[in-house]
Amino acid sequence: MSWWETVRSGLAAIRAHRLRSALTVLGIVIGISSVILTVGLGQGAQQEVEEQIDALGSNLLIVSPGSSTNSSGMRGGFGSASTLTFADATAIADSDVVPDAAAVAPATTSSVSLVNGDTNWTTSLVGTSTAWSRVRSRDLSAGRFFTSAEAERGAAVVVLGPDTASELFGRQSPVGQQLTVNGARLTVVGVLSSSGSSASGASEDDMAVVPVATSSRLTGSTSDTVSTIYVEAVSEDVLAAAYQEVQALLANRHGVTTAEADFSIATQASLVETANETNRTFTVLLGGVAGISLLVGGIGVMNIMLVSVTERVREIGLRKALGAAPRVIRRQFLVEASLLGLTGGVVGVLLGVVGAQVLPHFIDQAVAISAVATIAALATALALGVGFGVYPASRAARLTPIDALRSE
Amino acid sequence: MSALIELDGVRKTYRSGSVEFEALRGIDMTVQTGEYVAVIGPSGSGKSTLMNVLGCLDLPTEGRYVLAGDDTSLLDEAALATIRNRRIGFVFQQFNLLASMPAWRNVELPLVYAGIPRAERRERAEAALSRVGLADRLANRPGELSGGQQQRVAVARALVTEPDLLLADEPTGNLDSASTRDVLALFDELHEAGRTIVLITHEPDVASRAGRNLVIDDGLITSDRPRSTLRGVGVR
Repeated sequence: MSWWETVRSGLAAIRAHRLRSALTVLGIVIGISSVILTVGLGQGAQQEVEEQIDALGSNLLIVSPGSSTNSSGMRGGFGSASTLTFADATAIADSDVVPDAAAVAPATTSSVSLVNGDTNWTTSLVGTSTAWSRVRSRDLSAGRFFTSAEAERGAAVVVLGPDTASELFGRQSPVGQQLTVNGARLTVVGVLSSSGSSASGASEDDMAVVPVATSSRLTGSTSDTVSTIYVEAVSEDVLAAAYQEVQALLANRHGVTTAEADFSIATQASLVETANETNRTFTVLLGGVAGISLLVGGIGVMNIMLVSVTERVREIGLRKALGAAPRVIRRQFLVEASLLGLTGGVVGVLLGVVGAQVLPHFIDQAVAISAVATIAALATALALGVGFGVYPASRAARLTPIDALRSE
Repeated sequence: MSALIELDGVRKTYRSGSVEFEALRGIDMTVQTGEYVAVIGPSGSGKSTLMNVLGCLDLPTEGRYVLAGDDTSLLDEAALATIRNRRIGFVFQQFNLLASMPAWRNVELPLVYAGIPRAERRERAEAALSRVGLADRLANRPGELSGGQQQRVAVARALVTEPDLLLADEPTGNLDSASTRDVLALFDELHEAGRTIVLITHEPDVASRAGRNLVIDDGLITSDRPRSTLRGVGVR
């Protein structure tokens, strides 16, 4: 009996029990498509984060208060301690002490409500210097950034993120319009261009940027602490040097050793590393769950094949009486199981690919389908069919024709 | 005439747990090519076991069975499958047709295992079905056929490989009297055409159609004679 002949008879057997075959295949379909989707989600998230961190600029140092000894262990309240001050930022900006720093932008962050007439929008208020737009590589889509003169005197001007602008002003051009923060009026002078959401999940497109002095006045803050200091190195080559200079300077100013520093400095590379590690953990976790469902699907195939062997004992006996060698019977059941697995694999891959197209519309998260993952999924489905088909197939092959024929 | 079947001291013992049951207790028999033999005996006499041994569905515990020159005790399961495929055509009491397949597919099944190409299989299956008078029922599934028609499909399946031996196990056991006459008439025709037939039955009427009757009882052949003298022996 040729292979093609065997495949045809396998297809006929599968068709003869349509519902049962479909339910069996369903297990594999769910397993395969969820593996493809979870791996795709993980890879999509990773790509997105890498792109965003790339957009930060590769020669950026981000200094935060609180200590982080390494990427997995954190000491102190990361981001919650207030150990960085404007004086620190000014010291870093000194070209004698940190010669490799090209620009420094301290930033404070607080949550405020912006009001335009009836429209009320809560967002984060960033108080910073004019160097911010350069250091963060943020362009403006309309208007201008505030000037040094405005920063000096704490002028009532604000630059809005694109999302904030559309929330408050709709389709109107916000530049030149007025809005109110805690009763104080601010004039919108510019709108940032979009950058997508940040690695931390908070949108970089929803914010209001004002001069530091303006921010202090609006929030009534008298402290001189900052939440972040952005430092741009002269070039990527001197990033490591700039890192050490900033670290030594801040340790000296704070009277601590670098080992017990009460601040932490992140680079683009370290951010990518941290983000990838998180993503990898999630991908492995979800992929593991999906893998288990795939295994369950495979066991479903075995179960159905065993039922099928039991149900078709007479048929097996007859086929043997008519001249089918044990090898031929074994092959027939193996091919049947493989066909179930492969069908599940193909449908699962199709579903996964469709899901990858549809899902981003609902969860705002890119899904990357890799060819390797797809081929591996198909191979796995086929292997599941063969693997879990071996036992039922050899059971069928071992039946003696006379016992099989006699069974009722 | 040459001997198609030679049985020499064939014994078959079944073992279930510690209980042994001797179904065949030393059978010697010879069937010549072209003979029409009925094996007759009551249930439990060992005739089904004999049929299984003759059909290479079961191996004797002891003794020799030579079919068309091949000593079957020397063959493994795969080789026995080939013997069943090439040399033996089976007709069962239960018909044993596959319900999901139309008649012609059932008939071509042995040819599939013989590795015959598709076009030729279809042709030979149709020829065999015409031979049993079912040329107009090729595409019907077994469920759409009467019992007699189903058994004729089974006979067509047994004939399609042109086997040396046609082995029928109670072929009329599940048929009404009209269908029984039908199938037995078919066997007569096949016998006249030179086919070797071994038929197993417990009905003397059926056995009386064969040229030779073997009576089996308690695992032994108790009588071997031409049909004319069997009448009145009263096997039941």
